[in-house]
Amino acid sequence: MIPAAFEYRRVGSAEEAVSTLAELGDEAKLLAGGHSLLPLMKLRLASPSVLIDVGRLRDLSFVRDDGDQVSIGALTRHHDVEGSALLRSEVPLLAHVAGEVGDPQVRHRGTIGGSIAHGDPASDLPAAVLALGGTMVVRGPAGTREIPATEFFRGFLETALEPDELLTEIRVPKMAGAGWSFQKFNRRAQDWAIVGVAAVGAQAGGGIALVNMASTPVRAAAVERAVAQGSSATDAAALAPEGLDPPSDLNASPEFRRHLATVLVRRALEEVAAGHP
Amino acid sequence: MKVRMTINDKVEEHEVEDRQLLVYFIRETVGLTGTNIGCDTSSCGACTVLLDGESVKSCTVLAAQADGSAITTIEGLASPDGPLHPVQQAFHEYHGLQCGYCTPGMVMAAVSLIAEHGPLTETEVRQGLEGNLCRCTGYHNIVKAVMAASGSEVTA
Repeated sequence: MIPAAFEYRRVGSAEEAVSTLAELGDEAKLLAGGHSLLPLMKLRLASPSVLIDVGRLRDLSFVRDDGDQVSIGALTRHHDVEGSALLRSEVPLLAHVAGEVGDPQVRHRGTIGGSIAHGDPASDLPAAVLALGGTMVVRGPAGTREIPATEFFRGFLETALEPDELLTEIRVPKMAGAGWSFQKFNRRAQDWAIVGVAAVGAQAGGGIALVNMASTPVRAAAVERAVAQGSSATDAAALAPEGLDPPSDLNASPEFRRHLATVLVRRALEEVAAGHP
Repeated sequence: MKVRMTINDKVEEHEVEDRQLLVYFIRETVGLTGTNIGCDTSSCGACTVLLDGESVKSCTVLAAQADGSAITTIEGLASPDGPLHPVQQAFHEYHGLQCGYCTPGMVMAAVSLIAEHGPLTETEVRQGLEGNLCRCTGYHNIVKAVMAASGSEVTA
């Protein structure tokens, strides 16, 4: 499969990326590792007329200690997030989840920013950042702004990014030794989650986010409230599908997804409570 | 557009369509057909090559993205009249193939995996090769071959 014809442009800085976006409007798409966008283009689900390659902006590939949080450059590859000693010690959920994305070849190319900006409800990293209560730093023609993860994912493959904005950085709070869990249910190791759960303990905010249970990555608000009020894992987990309209596809019916969510959230809560890992 | 990269230490500079995928650059523009196309959707791993030493699925990388990089394909692991690469030799010794279609991708993925991790346990090999599918389901001998090539002891 070959994507529809497009013009390829490589930019040398974040500023140039933003000005090129401003010039071309929604004709253009940003290309980082390409592991979300190119498959869509091959299937003709996306056919931008220009690809702006930001993949070589090395200054957007970093993991930095910022006091009570860790900042990750948007172009940091999954492989480098997974292997970051800083993240492994301070935000172990995120390092672990990066290692669950795709397979080693995908992790050698795909980037955290690409995955977040793509906003796929079936992807692992958006849910992890959502559970952690992270913040997206984006750059546009007027400067930079910060968007909380809870306000970033707006609809199916739709985010709060404006057409002329570039996601530059993801900031996540340090977990302060809190328990955490990531549950991913799929058929083949490399596949997307049929349903997934990212959860952190109370010291890290107690966020619980679900993969592939709605048109966006989503916080399991009812479960979080129940846990905060002292419900058992089983009782709280029973609330996981509350208010959600999970998708139907070849892998699972909405009913099966609701069931999986209750099972996986219970397992996640049990791991968190046990101080996993 | 013009792209320039080294493939198996040989400089290749060609005019290509902006949308050309790396695997087509390798197979059709350069003429190295050892790299196979399987699913063409970044699932099966048959098209795995090394880009600056790391495994990638060349069906999901643009030739333009690989501009300026160093690519290694299955043809580049051993010289035509020299000994096999240790991973190739291990696939030979442990009969790590049946029909052979996935083999170039399996070998390249294994070379990258071993370079990153050194000696591998069976679990590490199985997880590390999660991006490569064998339709013959000949995984057991592939796993043994990769363990052996990594310097681990293979039992049974």
